Order: sequence, then structure tokens, then C-alpha cells
Amino acid sequence: MLIIKDLHASVEGKEILRGINLTIHAGEVHAIMGPNGSGKSTLANVLAGNTSFEVTKGEVTFNGKDLLAMSADVRAKEGLFLSFQYPVEIPGVSMINFLKTAVNESRKYHQLKELSAGDFLKVMREKKEMVQIDSQLTNRSVNEGFSGGEKKKNEIFQMAMLEPKLAILDETDSGLDIDALRIVANGVNLLKKPENATIVVTHYQRLLDYIVPDFVHVLYKGQIVKSAGKELVLELEEKGYDWIKKELGE
Amino acid sequence: MDNQNKLLNEVTERDYRFGFVTDIETDIIPVGLSEEVVRIISAKKEEPDFMLEFRLKAYRKWLTMKMPDWAQLKIPEIDYQAISYYAAPRNQPKYESLDEVDPELLSTFAKLGIPLEEQKMLAGVAVDAVMDSVSVKTTFKENLAELGIIFCSFSEAVKHHPDLVQKYLGMVVPPNDNFFAALNCAVFSDGSFVYIPKGVRCPMELSTYFRINARNTGQFERTLIIADNDSYVSYLEGCTAPMRDENQLHAAVVEIVALDRAEVKYSTVQNWYPGNKEGVGGIYNFVTKRGLCKGESSKIYWNQVETGSAITWKYPSCILMGDNSVAEFNSVALTNNYQQADTGTKMIHLGKNTKSTIVSKGISAGHSSNSYRGLVRVAAKAENSRNYSQCDSLLLGENCGAHTFPYLEVGNQNSVVEHEATTSKIGEDQIFYCNQRGISTQDAIGMIVNGYAREVINKLPMEFAVEAQKLLQISLEGSVG
Repeated sequence: MLIIKDLHASVEGKEILRGINLTIHAGEVHAIMGPNGSGKSTLANVLAGNTSFEVTKGEVTFNGKDLLAMSADVRAKEGLFLSFQYPVEIPGVSMINFLKTAVNESRKYHQLKELSAGDFLKVMREKKEMVQIDSQLTNRSVNEGFSGGEKKKNEIFQMAMLEPKLAILDETDSGLDIDALRIVANGVNLLKKPENATIVVTHYQRLLDYIVPDFVHVLYKGQIVKSAGKELVLELEEKGYDWIKKELGE
Repeated sequence: MDNQNKLLNEVTERDYRFGFVTDIETDIIPVGLSEEVVRIISAKKEEPDFMLEFRLKAYRKWLTMKMPDWAQLKIPEIDYQAISYYAAPRNQPKYESLDEVDPELLSTFAKLGIPLEEQKMLAGVAVDAVMDSVSVKTTFKENLAELGIIFCSFSEAVKHHPDLVQKYLGMVVPPNDNFFAALNCAVFSDGSFVYIPKGVRCPMELSTYFRINARNTGQFERTLIIADNDSYVSYLEGCTAPMRDENQLHAAVVEIVALDRAEVKYSTVQNWYPGNKEGVGGIYNFVTKRGLCKGESSKIYWNQVETGSAITWKYPSCILMGDNSVAEFNSVALTNNYQQADTGTKMIHLGKNTKSTIVSKGISAGHSSNSYRGLVRVAAKAENSRNYSQCDSLLLGENCGAHTFPYLEVGNQNSVVEHEATTSKIGEDQIFYCNQRGISTQDAIGMIVNGYAREVINKLPMEFAVEAQKLLQISLEGSVG
């Protein structure tokens, strides 16, 4: 589904990603872990098409198409979803209006009929239940005045509405208490399908207790320095990231 | 990042969508302004003596006045002798039905999206359409007449209701008020007149569409709205003008008088031709709009969405004279390309327990300049008065400017005046967030700008709110994709 080859990216002239190689197949859950500043969020943003980052080298194909040639909105319409570490507030734009536009833009792109207001509200009700989001939130402006937990739940709710092929969860666990964490993880698991894939970007192991990865990659100084199965999570938890640094001879 | 800027530029560099010229013969008097011209205008309109006197007094005052230069505007030299001060469609019988109206005129209205036929059927809107300076068609008049409501062209009001006109004309904006008001008083051609009798709630939104259509013709519209005791009216004004290369002067005056417990809501969507992308052409819009809360507990609300004109100089204001009177000013002003706007309000508190609210939302794009200028004055005897002002500016791109000039004068100890101001840039993070959900940059900007302005747009009557949203979007959108 996603093939990343020798991906380099920089921000304001500073190289952050220094040759990422990664292949993800449908149905898989990949965890990307690593210490602060290793480039995890940069990778998530580069894949989503954030123009604050400049891709200097490498290629990425997404379902056979050149991902890097697409603008951010086209990537989204092609089925790539990013759950933001810091969801952005858009004052005065109602959640319903925002999502209805998003869903229908995507449907138009795939030459499907736009959802009527009634159908849209029906789908929204179902998904709201699935991710246990407070119904009041959808009547408010996008993320405005939401608590940290509400913002993260809202990301998963949007993911449920948009039904992406590839979901990238960027530090979705940060700022969540244990109950909210469970609800968010549960939502992600319910949305999992054999034809979809998920990338979980996280600093800690605790989210991975609930969303069990098939593969775990450790990112360090802009490169993937170690890849293994889910047992790597426990090893990292036990030994810390210093263990990786030592292995690398630092 | 560069890509983002490029998109922003493309989005903000769009052409005016309503530029077209209707070919209808017009009857123009020679260019230039003199006492003679003022007399000709008055004579052509068959006005009574008090009107001619009013005009001549204003004209003589105007000769002694200078154009104001305190605004944050670069105004090219205006040659007042190069302007024609009166134009009227030549064949102007009074029509009984739309079938008799010049089909070309009807198609002009259709292009503007205001087909009279439909509006006639769409319950609730009476239209007094002003083509150049003379009223062409008034609808719904009979229904309103049953309630004693007068809604007609200014000329008709002068003919049929001279007492009301003589009593109220110039009460709120006297001829010596300012340079442009004096000019308007001297040469105004036509406009709208509204009188709501005691205790009557006007059952429909009153609406006027103005349109400049004759080359080199200044527009000097005059509107007078009088709401008698315990009455209510909501008045809508909207306009769009055809594309022209030379600049056109527009100096309108609007006066509102609200008597005891009366309530007047005045809503504007202003979309005069703003000039092209290089800043050539466009309307110069020097407007004096003022409301007088004359009676106790009276209320006046100004709601406006301004996207047009090359230069805007406009401060819809309220004088809160009656005790417990209430005034609001809610405004969205959008400037793009090389447009300049210096706009805001004045709230003058004279009565006790008076309350005013100002919400101003400026949006600047391209190379435009957008200033808010507001005066809040609380007189010594206006005890326990309150004002709340909120002035926000939103910047799109690197080359535009936004300024805020608040003036506060509080003459007593027990009144409260609050002022808040913010300036923000449209966030690349907001645009990326929308992009990531599949929303294009063009749609994202439209959505974010409309969200920013929503507080004001929500104050507009339904039919105008929709139009205003579209207008904000198309004023910024265009050439992307």
C-alpha cells in the first residue's frame, strides 16, 4: 500500500529525515517509536503533504501512485488520513459544516453522489456512537474550546467519517487520561479493516497496549534503526531508548 | 511554504465577476457643478421651494469646505467639475407591470441575480430598484400602504409627503456635517424614503438595489428612514456596479430617525466595482450614514458586509439621545488587490443608561489597506452608559495592511467602555488541517474567512446572509484550479 524509499526531508534548511525506508501492506498496523526529536512527527507530516517541510530526496508510492506529486488535499481524497498531534482550531466553522464539506469533496473526487443533509446526519450519528464522542461537540466550531482529550477523540471521529485507507496517528495518546485513551484506541480498533492500514506514531508504549502493532520501528536521528515485531515495544519499555543509542555505539 | 504563498496569491488575485455594462439611453446634463446646475436638478425634479433652498444652502456651504484628509487613504485628486450630476433613464414611464419594463434592464437585474419576478413571488421582500438615479419600479407598495407604511423613491416622497421630508431631512446629517454630505445635500438625485407609523411592525424586509450605470456620473443617493413610536422595520440595501476603467464617485447619505421605543435594523451588502487587479478604476465610496435614537428605549442596528469599492470612507454611526436607547454596529470589511478602506463607526451617548456594541471584522488580502476607525463618546449626562467594542483584523498574505484607530471619550464616572482588538493571520496550519481532510486551499480560505466573519453574518437577514457568504468567498477566490 505504502512504499517509502530513501526519504529525506528538511525544515528551514535543517535535515530531519535522513533516508527512511518502509513498506506497509494492507491490513497491517505499524508502530513508529523513538525519542523526542527523532523525526516521528516530521515523517507523519511529510506523508500528509505539509508544505512546511521540504522533501529533498526519495520517493513514496501510495497504492501505486506517486504520493509526493499530490497536493495535501488530493492525498486526503486518495485515502490518507493524519490524526494531528495538535489539532487546529478554526473559529466560526461548525464541525458539521467542516465534515460535510470534507466528506462530499472526497465523494466528488471518487465520482460518487454527494450525501444529502439527512444521510450525512445519519452517518454522523452512527460514527459518533462508535467513538463515543459527546454529541454537543459536533455543534461547535472545529476544535474551538475543546479539551485535549476532546480534540483527540474528535480526530478519531473524523477518521471514522472519512474511512481512510491509511491512517497515521501522530502522538494520539499524548494528553489523554487512561479512560480517554481506551476510548480512542477502541475507536481505532473498530475502524480496522483487512484492506486498511494504520501507522501509530508514539513516544510511549501505553497506547500500544490497546492498539497492538504487527511491526515496530525505532526512529532515531531521522533513520529507522531497528525494526521488529510487537515484542520490541516491551523491550524498549524495559530498557529505554538509551539501549538503542548504546547499540548504535553512541 | 512558497507553494502556499503562490496559492494565496492566486486566490486573492481574482477579477470582479459582476463587470458588465447595460446599454440604455441616459439623459445626462452637462458636466460640472454650479448654482445653476443645482437649480436645474431641482427644476427637473419639480421640487418645492424648501428643497431648492436646502440644496442651495448646502451648495454654498460646500464651496467653503475641504475634502477630509485625516483618513488612512490615498485619494487621487477628484475633479468635481468633470462630473455630471444628474442622469436619468430617458424613457421613463411609470410601469404598472414588469412586462412594460425595458427587457434589457430586466436582464441586467437577472445577471445580478435579482430577478424582480421571482422576488415578487418570494414572500417578504419589496424591491425599490434604482437604476442610475431615478426609481424604476416599486413592488409590494399596495400591501405596505394598507398598514400606512410609506416606502417610495425620495422624489415621490418629496411630491406626496413634503411635510415629513421637510421635518426630518437633514435632522441627523445636516448639510454642513462634512464635505461629502454637503455635496450630497446639494445635488442628490434620488433614493429611498421609508416611514413606519406608530405601533406598526413592518411585515417584510424592505430592500433597495442601487446601481451605477452611466459613464462619468456621480451617484448621490439619499435615504431617509423614519420609525415612529413603537414601530419596527428591517431595511436591506445591496449593490453591485459594472466594470469601468475610470473612477466613479459615490457620496450617499443615509439618515435614520427612531422615535420612542422604535427599532430599526439597517443591513448592507456592498459590492461596488473595486477596480481591477492592478488597482485601476473602481468606485470611490464616500458615505455618510447616521442614525438618531431620538426617543427613549429606541434601537438602531447597523449590519454591513463590505467587499467592494476602490476606496471606502464610511462610518455608519449612532447618536443615542433617548434614555435607555440601544445601538449596534456589526461590520465585515474585506479588501483585496489595491482596495483601500477606512471604515468604522461613531457611538455618541447622550441619554442615560444607553448601550452600544461594536463588532468590526476586517479582512485584508493582496496589496490592500484596511483600517478601522471608531469613536465612542459618552457625554457627562449620559450616566450608566455602556459600550463594548471588538475590532478584529485578519490578514491574508504578506503585502496587505490593517490598522485600528479607536477613540474613546468618557465624560462621567459610572459608565463603562470596553475595547478589545486582535490581529491574526490566516494560519497555514489551519489551511493544512483543511487540506488534510480533503478540502482544497481555495475552499479552505473561503471557509476560514466565513467562519471568522460568522458573528456578523449571523446578524444579517436570512436572504442577505447567504448572499454575503458567497460574496466573501468569490471576493477572495477565483483562479485556483
